[in-house]
Amino acid sequence: MELLVASAIGIMTAAGLYLVMRLRTFPVILGMSLLTYAVNVFLFASGRLTVGASPILIKGAEAYTDPLPQALVLTAIVISFGMTAVIVMIALGAYLGAGDDNVDDQIPPGDPEPEPVAEDAT
Amino acid sequence: MTHWIIMPVVLPAILAPFIVLAARYHIGIQRVFSVAGVSALIAITAGLAWQTSDGTVLLYRLGDWAAPFGIVVVGDRLSTMMILLTAVLALFVLLFSIGSGWDERGRHFHALFQFQLMGIMGAFLTGDLFNLFVFFEVLLIASYGLMIHSGGNVRLRAGVQYVLFNLLGSTLFLFALGSIYAETGTLNMADLAQRVTLIDPEATVGIRVAAVLLLLVFAIKAAVVPLHFWLPSSYAEAPAPVAALFAIMTKVGAYAIIRVYTMIFPPDLEVTAGLQGLWLLPAALISLAIGMVGVLAARQLNRLVAFAVIGSMGMVMVSISLFTPEGIAAALYYIIHSTFAAAALFLIVDLARAGRGDLQLTAAPPVSGAAMTAGLFFVGAIAMTGLPPLSGFLGKLLILDAAFTSPLMVWTWAVILSASLVSVVGFARAGSTVFWKAESIPHSEDAELEARPSTLSYVAVGGLIALLIAHTVFAGPVQAYMNALSAQLFAPEPYISTVLDSPGKLSIPKEDH
Repeated sequence: MELLVASAIGIMTAAGLYLVMRLRTFPVILGMSLLTYAVNVFLFASGRLTVGASPILIKGAEAYTDPLPQALVLTAIVISFGMTAVIVMIALGAYLGAGDDNVDDQIPPGDPEPEPVAEDAT
Repeated sequence: MTHWIIMPVVLPAILAPFIVLAARYHIGIQRVFSVAGVSALIAITAGLAWQTSDGTVLLYRLGDWAAPFGIVVVGDRLSTMMILLTAVLALFVLLFSIGSGWDERGRHFHALFQFQLMGIMGAFLTGDLFNLFVFFEVLLIASYGLMIHSGGNVRLRAGVQYVLFNLLGSTLFLFALGSIYAETGTLNMADLAQRVTLIDPEATVGIRVAAVLLLLVFAIKAAVVPLHFWLPSSYAEAPAPVAALFAIMTKVGAYAIIRVYTMIFPPDLEVTAGLQGLWLLPAALISLAIGMVGVLAARQLNRLVAFAVIGSMGMVMVSISLFTPEGIAAALYYIIHSTFAAAALFLIVDLARAGRGDLQLTAAPPVSGAAMTAGLFFVGAIAMTGLPPLSGFLGKLLILDAAFTSPLMVWTWAVILSASLVSVVGFARAGSTVFWKAESIPHSEDAELEARPSTLSYVAVGGLIALLIAHTVFAGPVQAYMNALSAQLFAPEPYISTVLDSPGKLSIPKEDH
């Protein structure tokens, strides 16, 4: 089971990192989601892997699993889920406003120097 | 157990929803409540700072559960000084946003501002690493909203980069917390400080990885090169008052490094020995150099100030990475200075934009209020580049003095002094192009002038400048306090015993053991 969990975390992290380094916002956001899944499983495993054990006191239970990582994972899931929603909305706004969804600042073609960015104060 | 220490978190947390729910259509009422809230925060944090100034460690157990199982909020000299700094900065930033009308250019500015304060205060006060993560998220979520306040394509694009970078940082933070928990079984800072000393020096791989991951996370927050890429665009494109408030956000990273790497992983701890000194000092020196070169290379006034922030964070990190009591004390003196100086400069840049219409480093016809703005820019630039007579100069002297015994002393002195020279040139060039050459540009006398910035904007900027002057005049007492503060940091036993030995609900009294 250790091998399975470890390779799952590793593969998700690797795929997430690859996607995060893409140019367009959509793959980058997918990569962020994969990274947060990976970190959630990692947090879960930080309390040691146990099968079929209860995290809370139950009469007659012989083995317990560490309940704290489960609480941490719950918090992490809520935060990362909310943050993904926020970044999707901001990226959509940037895409609809500018007409392209590149993550980095674009240099206009045929212009060796970056165009000075016009200030938009309103 | 005093309940006041939780107030800097609770007060904005109550005020923000109140502003959203009860006053969302009345900018006047929002302003009144926001200013009143921040003024109350100053009073509360000043009281807390006064209470802890004699070395007392204030402890608050949420729900009265004892540490390390319950969550604790701890106030010592360092935390209370940082929350007082935040509250004072927030007041002037708020006055500027009201005076310049920034808060009307989008919705929910004041509510987000309060949430932002809640996150910053919580990050400074918490005594638990996971809670530090949660408060980081609170302040980041609010900052995402503030960063794209009043919209615009350029700002949204910069906002996407800012949010993505910080999401990556948060993920890294969780990885670090997971490995720390896997190694030690606790996330309470005081408990951690005791448990890492028990780790077998032969089996340190896990805790060393965790310590470095955590350092990376805080370095992202503190914009240490090579993790600074999020800063220039987002600070330059953020609304001016927001960028000014963000001046404290990089200091949250610096604070976290000071806290964690003096208490949990102190420099003399065997299992992580040599980690911080090896990487942090060179990285900090490079940040300082790159920041100041960026000042020279910037083509817009707001980017110039953003790079000056990177440079000044480099200066702070140089001083911190010495990890000596003198180094930390000098860093804290410089943190106060650089927070006010960076905030003042962002606001002054906005005054220049209000008069000129753009921020390109090109000469443009003179505009209304230019003399006043130019004068303020001059003072702000003197402070930021560390020329006498303002506090930047004193702070730099203290840092040079603290670095005197460091093995990398020659490098440190060379980089600090030449970076200062480069930044002086950069600021002088920008200031003379923008403000001085204006008279030589042909312009018609009766050209329509833009409206002068409001008096309240000038009051806010002037207030920050006055604080810088006070920071210079009272440098002696301030420095004495910083020395006491860093002495407390390097003797964390009272902090640890206060946190761990205070009994809470269902605790078994000591004598029954």
